[in-house]
Amino acid sequence: MNLDLTIKIGGAAGQGLDTMGSVLSKSLLKSGFYVFSTQYYLSRIRGGHNTFQIRISSSELAAMGEDVDILIALDRASIDRHLGEMSDGVVIVDKDVVELDKEHDSIFHVPLLKIAKDVGGNKIYTNTVAAGAVIGLLCLSLDPLNEVLTAIFRKKGQEIIDSNHKAAKAGYDHVKENYPHGCKFNVSKPDAQEKRMLIAGNEAAGLGALAAGVQFLSAYPMTPSTGVLNYVAGHAGEFGVVVEQAEDEIAALNMAVGASFTGARSMVTTAGGGFSLMVEALGLAGITETPVVIFLAQRPGPATGLPTMTEQGDLLFALHAAQGEFPRCILAPGTPDDCFYMMAEAFNIAEKYQIPVFVMSDQYLADSLFTCKRFDTSKITVERHLLSDQELRTKHGDYKRYKFTPGGISPRALPGQEGILVCADSDEHDEFGRIDESQENRIRMTDKRMKKLELLATEMKPPTIYGPQEAKITLIGWGSTYGPLAEAVDILTKEGHSANLVHFNHIYPMPAESTQKALAKSKKKICVENNYTGQLARLLLTEAGIEVTDKVLRYDGLPFTPLSIIEALREKEVI
Amino acid sequence: MVSVEDYGNYETAWCPGCGDFNILKALKAALANLGKAPSEVLIVSGIGQAGKLPQYLNCNFFNGLHGRTLPPATAAKLANHELTVLAVAGDGDCYGEGGNHLIHAIRRNPDITILVHDNQIYGLTKGQASPTSERGMVSKIQREGVFNNPLNPIALAISQECSFVSRGYAGDVQHLTELLIKAIRHRGLSLVEVLQPCVTFNKLNTFKWYSNRVYKMEDGEYPLDDRVKAFEKSLEWGDRIPLGIFYVNERPVLEDNHEVLRDAPLIRHKPNTEKVNVLIDGFM
Repeated sequence: MNLDLTIKIGGAAGQGLDTMGSVLSKSLLKSGFYVFSTQYYLSRIRGGHNTFQIRISSSELAAMGEDVDILIALDRASIDRHLGEMSDGVVIVDKDVVELDKEHDSIFHVPLLKIAKDVGGNKIYTNTVAAGAVIGLLCLSLDPLNEVLTAIFRKKGQEIIDSNHKAAKAGYDHVKENYPHGCKFNVSKPDAQEKRMLIAGNEAAGLGALAAGVQFLSAYPMTPSTGVLNYVAGHAGEFGVVVEQAEDEIAALNMAVGASFTGARSMVTTAGGGFSLMVEALGLAGITETPVVIFLAQRPGPATGLPTMTEQGDLLFALHAAQGEFPRCILAPGTPDDCFYMMAEAFNIAEKYQIPVFVMSDQYLADSLFTCKRFDTSKITVERHLLSDQELRTKHGDYKRYKFTPGGISPRALPGQEGILVCADSDEHDEFGRIDESQENRIRMTDKRMKKLELLATEMKPPTIYGPQEAKITLIGWGSTYGPLAEAVDILTKEGHSANLVHFNHIYPMPAESTQKALAKSKKKICVENNYTGQLARLLLTEAGIEVTDKVLRYDGLPFTPLSIIEALREKEVI
Repeated sequence: MVSVEDYGNYETAWCPGCGDFNILKALKAALANLGKAPSEVLIVSGIGQAGKLPQYLNCNFFNGLHGRTLPPATAAKLANHELTVLAVAGDGDCYGEGGNHLIHAIRRNPDITILVHDNQIYGLTKGQASPTSERGMVSKIQREGVFNNPLNPIALAISQECSFVSRGYAGDVQHLTELLIKAIRHRGLSLVEVLQPCVTFNKLNTFKWYSNRVYKMEDGEYPLDDRVKAFEKSLEWGDRIPLGIFYVNERPVLEDNHEVLRDAPLIRHKPNTEKVNVLIDGFM
């Protein structure tokens, strides 16, 4: 039987939801399940009501569920808000701590605080007791949880580890002795299979940047991109990376461009507000033909918007940002796997074509924990496209940084290489990089820069098709919506519909021909986007001449769930 | 041997008589004197009449955005600290549009030299007030005269412990050359603020106006690491304007703080797949 369970932890910020959620997620991964976890948090350090939701399954999954099977209510708001989301499940609540007005069949009292104090002598063990209780309810072995606790508290010493183990066991035992319905969730341990990773999009992107040989990262912290900055900074010493926290995003991108001009593989991380400040430097990268990777994690705008929530509202902004016209590339990972492999792709494209490349994520992908196959570093290549000293000596005596070539790409050398000078200019310039305002030069230089886009377009990957190659209903999406859309297709197929998904990772320049081919036979082309206007739909029209049949749009700051997509399709009478 | 001629001779777009000519001359002389080959030198400049300077020099250059000389210059130094990096900007560029970057560059203290052509006016946009324009100066925008207080860049730099703070004058090439030699040699962020008459738009602060006021500070007037004395000196402005080195502070340098730069410049570092695989295991 296919298991599909959702565990939700609700509480105030500062109650340790994050740690408890990731400990449980990791334990369940180690137990052999596919795990998908999301957080919902407000922009504050303490208070408010936050949740951490874990979905486990015996088959692949990359989206949130709707119904909750186990709710751990650490505060009253958890009961008030989430009791209605319960299927026929269990609410774990410590009635000594959380006051209730009325009883409910699903409520199961566990004296978390009392147990924590009894076995550990401290209320800080409350969450570990709760985690043990959940494992007890699922009738799973405590070993994976203990293993995770050991790893997490290794630095704090054996005594803390032992207390956590005792707390977990006490929570587990309490359930075993007192829960009246035994092993009601009927969870069987999955068959042994290859080990998998549990990783968030931001961590995967940071890891991808390191694998891609990033040398310089400058950024001003901004949710939800900060995780990538933190990850790379955390490993900068061992990987030989320089991470510079800039005074503002203007400095951040100008720094990355300066470092890249000098020869370092460079990137910035930011969100929409920060990217707004980077816009002028984006054009600078454009006209100076300096490679740079811009990791842009979206959140709902405009201005401050909803800082801790999700949206796909910046696609056309990234595409059109900065004055004038210059080539750029936009990639949008759909899963942590994509995040990992796409960072190297982004750097390779940036350096081959000497252009800015965007990797567009969002809060949902950035912060959610996904179960992935082990990342394969042998698939990563680092292609720098730089002239060696030898090549410079033999072939480029009179070096021109912006030499006219048939494809528009000028061989790239670096300042400091002997016998040559490298000059770059934000003014329109001649082949040497010196200011030239003549009309003839302007036309040739603009043609040269824009021509690179034609070649790049031939390298862009076609959209991914999930489900049958052709179907009557085609859902269309980009970036982080991959998981919910793929699952929506599964549901549609199960219901007897002819449905598939055409999903874009390589967005701009859009691979027009393969896009047209992928969508040629669809009767109903439904574009599903986490924004108000349907930005990919607009791009499909302008870049591939494809008009979608309808759009399913969500802009409340929350990600799609598979069922919310199905519901919207019903409302629109697509099904 | 490196000679002044190695740095080229280009036709310029500056007004005849502009103070910028002498700054260019002094910079060429300083670089030649230091024996720096053009391929070892990177000049990052902004936009404005000052920003054009590297266009008239034979060396590596990155002529970037208005106000944004210091971020790319700092990053270039971090990327390849074997290069001699200079940032060249005007008063509008460095003290107006890029004021924030100046403050933070001082805090970072990379080993670069920042050369500010301060003509107390906007030249490229034809005559508006700059952050250093005198109070009361009438311009096309400031019709009743400038109301804002002029910025004192020397005092600002000293107050934030800038590693090397100096002032030169475009009317004294010899002195400016010597100053630039010392500034480039100094390890850490060196500010060389240059009084530069704008012969077209600034009718107030002319060569004559400056020449009647400037004087060279005497060696040993006070210990150069005495910040309070230096600050006091920086406030001297009016009938007498001091030239020379105001302040020197041998602070730790940004590049030295990055252990990863000890063995080789950043650009020579190679990716490490083995270590990536260890990190991947941590997620399993």
